[in-house]
Amino acid sequence: MSALEKIGANRLIVKTAADLDKIDALIIPGGESTTVSRLLNIFGMTEPIRKRIKDGMPVWGTCAGMILLAKNVLGGEPCLGVMDVTVRRNAYGRQTESFKSSAVIPEISEAPVPLVFIRAPWVESVGGNVKILCEINGHIAAVRENNMLATAFHPELTSSTAALEYFLRRI
Amino acid sequence: MYKTEQWELNKNLAQMLKGGVIMDVTNPEQAKIAEEAGAVAVMALERVPSDIRKQGGVARMSDPKMIKEIQAAVSIPVMAKARIGHIAEAQILEALKIDYIDESEVLTPADDMYHLDKTQFKVPFVCGARNIGEALRRIGEGASMIRTKGEAGTGNVVEAVRHMRAMQSEIKRLTTMGHEELMTYAKDNGAPFELVEYVAENGKLPVVNFAAGGIATPADAALMMQLGSEGVFVGSGIFKSSNPKVMARAIVKATAYYNQPEILAEVSEGLGEAMKGIEISEIAPENLMAQRGW
Repeated sequence: MSALEKIGANRLIVKTAADLDKIDALIIPGGESTTVSRLLNIFGMTEPIRKRIKDGMPVWGTCAGMILLAKNVLGGEPCLGVMDVTVRRNAYGRQTESFKSSAVIPEISEAPVPLVFIRAPWVESVGGNVKILCEINGHIAAVRENNMLATAFHPELTSSTAALEYFLRRI
Repeated sequence: MYKTEQWELNKNLAQMLKGGVIMDVTNPEQAKIAEEAGAVAVMALERVPSDIRKQGGVARMSDPKMIKEIQAAVSIPVMAKARIGHIAEAQILEALKIDYIDESEVLTPADDMYHLDKTQFKVPFVCGARNIGEALRRIGEGASMIRTKGEAGTGNVVEAVRHMRAMQSEIKRLTTMGHEELMTYAKDNGAPFELVEYVAENGKLPVVNFAAGGIATPADAALMMQLGSEGVFVGSGIFKSSNPKVMARAIVKATAYYNQPEILAEVSEGLGEAMKGIEISEIAPENLMAQRGW
């Protein structure tokens, strides 16, 4: 939210299905994917979000958000199931295996982007329409399919707004 | 030092728990109920605080076997408690690849002088605090998450409220101080100067701050969130209530929608009996858990 504020974007925290009508694009940030998907179901938001995404609303999932978007989830259950990727939950292991890195992701920015992986997933395989944007240590860490962007890392935990600006350019 | 890369990663893991509920569980079945209800993490322990209070004796780290069973049962993060200052218990928990260690006053302290040097561990720590000085001391030692101490196992939220209010009002006060006042503040509150400076500049702690100790109902959880908590720990409140499944889900909802009274009213309905509480003045001063640690 503060990053959105920094680059001057209008923003809203979406908490109910009614909030969805007020937005043009959605960012699903990090969190506990199991918890978030259960809350989406309990509050009847899974279907409305899925519909908006299918109708073309730009969406970006980071870490847990990536898991929520995926059609196939290894070590968990699919939630929104809209993106043609297979994702492995907690792929790197428990918290002691969390790490920080950086990489140039040509589609996002020419300068290296800081990458924070926290109990992160990775993408195991992708469908035909999915573009791979970035691989880290031999594992896919960022993908795009039409209006959907997914990253295993958390730009929201760094001071870099490169990935966010990239997402906004595409709206 | 608390500025290492590992501390950054650990502090960020705690960010992922924001707005969520962490539940005490004593076996894999309870852990599954907690996960199913939408908990962001579970705290694996052998006895919930209200039983520790009742049964007395020395309360120690839980059996690794039981912790492993809980780790195997759920995919959300698993936390466990080590006694204050008990280096070996913390090492054992780290060897089990626990996601968080709670250096907790609910267990009997092992060291009456020193808290753990949490920078010696890769695993993140959460610590209890009653006020800003205590919170910043723990962060200075390497804690990556703070919670109020409250008074665990009482089902009485008053102490958690007192601790959260104390922290929030001091945080506000710090943001109004001139830079020249900060060193005196650090001295008076026994807090590391750089962290005092951080709070004065940013108007918040450098790590997430949860509420714990006495939260027994969805309304208690919502109250703590309205007072500035970033999430809640519920210990005895869930599995000591008459209908844990319903209570667990209601507290999760109330924490997420803490500022929407219609939702709070809805989730508070027909929960069965909450845990039986204890009035704080009925507890002998030497039995107050919040007094443990410094």
